[in-house]
Amino acid sequence: MFRRLPDGQATVPVTIDGRPFTARAGDSVAATLFAAGVSACRTTPVSGAARGPFCMMGVCFDCLVTIDGRPNQQGCLVAVADGMRIERQSGARIAADTPLGQS
Amino acid sequence: MAREFDVAVVGGGLVGGAIAYGLARLGRRTALLDEGDIAYRASRGNFGLVWVQGKGLGLAPYGNWTQRAARLAPELARSLLQETGIDVSLEQPGGLHVCLSEAEMDSRVATLTRLVEQPGFERYAFEVLDRAALAARLPGIGPGVVGATYCALDGHVNPLRLLRALHAAFVKLGGEYLPLHKAQRIERRNGRFVVSAGTGEIGAAQVVLTAGLGNAVLGPPLGLRAMVRPQRGQVIVLERVRRFLAYPMATIRQTDEGTVLIGDSQDESGFNESLSTSISATQAERALRIFPGLRDARVNRTWAALRVMSPDGFPIYEQSASHPGAFLVTCHSGVTLAGAHAFDLAPRIVAGELGADMKPFSAERLNVQKAA
Repeated sequence: MFRRLPDGQATVPVTIDGRPFTARAGDSVAATLFAAGVSACRTTPVSGAARGPFCMMGVCFDCLVTIDGRPNQQGCLVAVADGMRIERQSGARIAADTPLGQS
Repeated sequence: MAREFDVAVVGGGLVGGAIAYGLARLGRRTALLDEGDIAYRASRGNFGLVWVQGKGLGLAPYGNWTQRAARLAPELARSLLQETGIDVSLEQPGGLHVCLSEAEMDSRVATLTRLVEQPGFERYAFEVLDRAALAARLPGIGPGVVGATYCALDGHVNPLRLLRALHAAFVKLGGEYLPLHKAQRIERRNGRFVVSAGTGEIGAAQVVLTAGLGNAVLGPPLGLRAMVRPQRGQVIVLERVRRFLAYPMATIRQTDEGTVLIGDSQDESGFNESLSTSISATQAERALRIFPGLRDARVNRTWAALRVMSPDGFPIYEQSASHPGAFLVTCHSGVTLAGAHAFDLAPRIVAGELGADMKPFSAERLNVQKAA
């Protein structure tokens, strides 16, 4: 769906759901997901509907993902970094120290 | 020409909404007069508890009335779902009052014991849970939590959906909901009441004042007293997290959709709906002592709203002696009492007589001269 403009840039290695991916330095997490072919990055807490990056400017909150273990981060507002772990989310996040949150 | 109704309910919040719904069910031609979006609306700011535990110390009939309302809550939820398709998300698994020190715990148990032992109080059982017993029901509590009291009658509801469902059911039953009809003046003319509201007049054989803080102004010309004042309460709304709280608590609850709410602040700041950040900070700090796991949960919203508080904290149910057919209702528990207002109070209004058992709720009890 998305193709990159041919403007060569430095790359950074990240993982998406544990799989290695080479992102462009300076890209947001949301743009990286698109570049990796991921259009749905979470499901909603109430109905379970799929959601993906939409506004790309911090307004719609549809691009929530888990970044380096922190859930509900706005992917469009976070720039990728070397070794970043990006994970898609399913439903509501889990609160720490609750039976669900004990890992 | 005024439009004519059997009853005009003045105030479209949870109290007026529940009574108007009850009246419409009984076939009364009812008008529900409401303000616009800009109004003091306790009904849109409240926490959503259906709460029995601890209520009625100093006025046993209020404890009994609250219990009656909580027992009617399932019937109200069922009726509203049937009539409107709106699920108000009522859950009544019992509620917890969590204590953070031995002193708090002792004082809580003493208060509840005094409450249920009052003459005339319909006694209910409450449980005292020590830390271990509480941890079994509330996993994830912090190290500073000492214990809790539990009452099986407590519960919670989605208060915004309850308000919407009451309005929708009322309209479906033929009731007339009139927004942008702030009542300016109510007078008796030719044996009926005429309410000047918005740009017109509404005529009715009976009038019920449910205008919250506005009752203090609208009541006296009709021989009805409501010495109510605003008491500020603040709520913090956290992001949705996977359901972990099986019981509502006096200060924290988790909705069926996962949202965590922190509430129960009380302070006196007049007609001030702005948020005090120091109060928010205290609420958040206390919530984290109870559930440390909420430390990294995002805050989505905060707000302040004004409770409608009487001098002794109990509701006022009045019928006018000088203006028969005029009633006044005020309380700060529009959610909890909704079932009783719809199914028990509305028939009394239709009968034109609140009844002897409602006498303890008259404003007469407040008519005591202050000692110098």
